[in-house]
Amino acid sequence: MTTPVELGKTDGADLAAEDKPWQTIVWNDPVNLMSYVTYVFQKLFGYSRDKATKLMLDVHHKGKAVVSSGDKDKVEADVARLHAAGLWATMERDS
Amino acid sequence: MNPWRRDGDQVVAELERQEAAVLRGLVGQINDMLRARADEAPQDELAELTGIRTGPATAPDDPILSRLLPDFHRLDSDQPSKEDMDSAAALRSLHEPTLLDLKTGVAGVVLETCPPDGGKVRLSLEQADAWLSAINDVRLALGTALDVEEDMPDELPDDDPRAGHLPVYHWLTVVQEELIHAMSS
Repeated sequence: MTTPVELGKTDGADLAAEDKPWQTIVWNDPVNLMSYVTYVFQKLFGYSRDKATKLMLDVHHKGKAVVSSGDKDKVEADVARLHAAGLWATMERDS
Repeated sequence: MNPWRRDGDQVVAELERQEAAVLRGLVGQINDMLRARADEAPQDELAELTGIRTGPATAPDDPILSRLLPDFHRLDSDQPSKEDMDSAAALRSLHEPTLLDLKTGVAGVVLETCPPDGGKVRLSLEQADAWLSAINDVRLALGTALDVEEDMPDELPDDDPRAGHLPVYHWLTVVQEELIHAMSS
């Protein structure tokens, strides 16, 4: 793997945009069980039962929840793990 | 079926012959669909040389496969941005081979540990996790095929072509729910 040459990255605003963290979003779907979604959040992210339950309820009632955030590689890996568990997850840049 | 119960570092249950046959049949079908998708992956000499596998860049046409192998970005708005579409294609190509391995892997665990004639099932927690994922994949597939919505009724009218298949979906829901309960206890 090579590192691309970085040109003219001196502008503060540009740097801030580059650093903007990504978010992992889980969407509501009619099949996944509430107990299963809570279980997956605890297992994949190490969240407490309370935190996992709160996120699950957000997904259920609001249609979606941000379940993790960070740099692009981390969020990409989180989405991949959620897909393996069968949850409907996507990633987007924090806005 | 004797519901799942925790026994130390294991979970155990007992399946009727017919239950085992239904479960193995459904998990086997999903496994076959996923393997067929994996076989479609582009083969090229560079991938063989480097060992870096690439999957297809576009989502499957089949709605069941498409639900099991979702995109990394929401592309269902009227006008998804070109940036999102390009990124989703690249991420699918990169991650789909591993996702297919994981999903056929958990299906394989069920097929290895579920006795074809029914009877006692005894699973390590790791195997139980594989069962959870594999059963969930079957429910996602059936849920897509049956057009399941929130608060699905226990029964559909007799003239609904889905009526005969819904009990299997509900049965798998109970199996999964009980397995989660046993693992969390």
